[in-house]
Amino acid sequence: MAATGVGSAERSSLSPGRLQPRSLVRPAVILALLLLVLFLIPAIVSIYYVDAGTQVAIYAIVALGLNVLVGRVGLVSLGQAAVLAMGAWVAARLLFATSLPFEVVLLISGLITMVLGGLVGLPALRMSGMYLALITLMLAGAITVALATINFPNGGHGFSGYNGSLLHLPAIRRPAIAQSDPAFYRYSVIFAALAFVLVLAHVRSRPGRAWAAIRQSESAALAAGINTTVYKMWAFALASFITGVAGALLAGANQFLYSINFQTQDSITILAVVLMGGIFSLWGAIIAALLMQLLPALLNSWGVSSDWLLILFGVGVLQVLTTAPAGLIDQVPKDIRRLGRGIRRLAGGGRAQPADAAASSDDAPASASAALDGERAAAVAAPESERAGEGS
Amino acid sequence: MIEVSDLTVRFGGVTPLDAMSVKFEKGTCGLIGPNGAGKTTFFNVLSGFVKPASGSVTAFGDDLLKMAHFRRARWGVRRTFQTEQAIEELSVYDNVALAHEHSKAPSSSRREDVLNTISFVGLETDPQARVGTLGARDRRLVEVARALVGQPRVVLLDEPAAGLPEEETAHLGDVIKRIPEHSDAVVILVDHDMSLVSSCCSVTAVLDFGKLIAAGQTEDVLRDENVVRAYLGTQAIDE
Repeated sequence: MAATGVGSAERSSLSPGRLQPRSLVRPAVILALLLLVLFLIPAIVSIYYVDAGTQVAIYAIVALGLNVLVGRVGLVSLGQAAVLAMGAWVAARLLFATSLPFEVVLLISGLITMVLGGLVGLPALRMSGMYLALITLMLAGAITVALATINFPNGGHGFSGYNGSLLHLPAIRRPAIAQSDPAFYRYSVIFAALAFVLVLAHVRSRPGRAWAAIRQSESAALAAGINTTVYKMWAFALASFITGVAGALLAGANQFLYSINFQTQDSITILAVVLMGGIFSLWGAIIAALLMQLLPALLNSWGVSSDWLLILFGVGVLQVLTTAPAGLIDQVPKDIRRLGRGIRRLAGGGRAQPADAAASSDDAPASASAALDGERAAAVAAPESERAGEGS
Repeated sequence: MIEVSDLTVRFGGVTPLDAMSVKFEKGTCGLIGPNGAGKTTFFNVLSGFVKPASGSVTAFGDDLLKMAHFRRARWGVRRTFQTEQAIEELSVYDNVALAHEHSKAPSSSRREDVLNTISFVGLETDPQARVGTLGARDRRLVEVARALVGQPRVVLLDEPAAGLPEEETAHLGDVIKRIPEHSDAVVILVDHDMSLVSSCCSVTAVLDFGKLIAAGQTEDVLRDENVVRAYLGTQAIDE
């Protein structure tokens, strides 16, 4: 399923008559929101928040890549920050060395990062779970060290393009149509939207089905004829491609890149916010990016130390792991509905009964699979004991 | 037709399959035996999850053991699992389409084939319903549909009726009996429910401790002294 939201829409509208208008309403709402984000937000907020918005758009792409790996395929990668750094490096080098259009550089950086990131994903073919997480973390560490040694291109010559002198460094160029910060914000949001379209197209078609099968049961996937190796690599390639594009956008957004900005532990923060945003919904990636980029900007402008974020993320991840596995994207609407019911119950005391019934039905989806599993386990166990009875 | 000869599987000191030789002809064949007899191990060898120590498996003239596991599914080996493995996150349609799009069946007839197979197994739910919301019977049927869609040549059903109440088992038995109308595949049914096996399968093979102890017409096999002894233990025969 593409997103839990889409899933619930499909579930509740079984008759084709109702499916038709809904399927049109949804894209319309998304388009309206996109236009709002594109034009209204840069018009009303300060340049400080426009820049934060650019970072949100870029990190939404990074989060989306990890969302695919962890949420769709079940591959935990702790190397995404390094993949992002590779994308930024390649883009910066290309932007200094060539006069190719920015869009072409985005594409080439995505493709090169896809190949390099695919190498990071190679261990995924043999490992899973914690071992894969550890291996990707180590590789990310190695890449970060390598990039810190080579340095990020800043207009110099040679392979690295690094110029030792720190004075009068040229800025990384931006596309002609997006020279100003608000324009580059819009540019980034549009590419983030394209990344979502690309991922959605994957999730809703053949690879999405194969990934769902692999995540639940690799043997069931193999038994259905799915080449699990190819589809896992495909997921890594897709995630690396969009993360590479995000890296190229980051090069354009920041205009000056320093290795100190790319740290191995960022990968862990990205995983934390992706989990908090909601791993089973692609839209969770947007929440993740807001948590990672907008929240620090807000705290900074309020004069609150950003160290509090680490504590907040720690608590948030614990909360997700213990009580809300589907993250904020699932939990918040549910809590709002629950709050609404509570208020209604307080308002009309006599009608508490139906409200209670609604409350239990709302909890049902979350616990449905658990209950079903229990039911099945009991059902499977029963004939087993009957048989034992027959045998003796 | 599947021809198994001298198939041996070893896990360390355990020999779950010991020089098993048997032929399965077209139609539905039963494979029974007490717990731990090697039935599921045999299925795992056919679907490529377990590498045998020795022996050969030839199906319709092709050497199965030479193929990679996912290629066997493409070739036509399909199976269900003892613990049902319908993909919860996907819809009924997508679950079945999943097997179709990785089979040799043409993609132009996918929609039609998938919907036909869903109705063939008697699933009355909306094809767009998420499998995670379905009950045990429907999930089983989704898994069976996934094994039958496309062009299966060998269908392995591993205790498909486990955990189902009697009437649902009867429905499943109906579906299994009608499989020859749907495809030309060799169907091998593993189940502990003897009434299901005897109603679906004209021939049955019996495994015990990895050894084939009987094979032939189902009614003869079920009366075979060795089979009775394997199921009830020697004590019961002595009494």
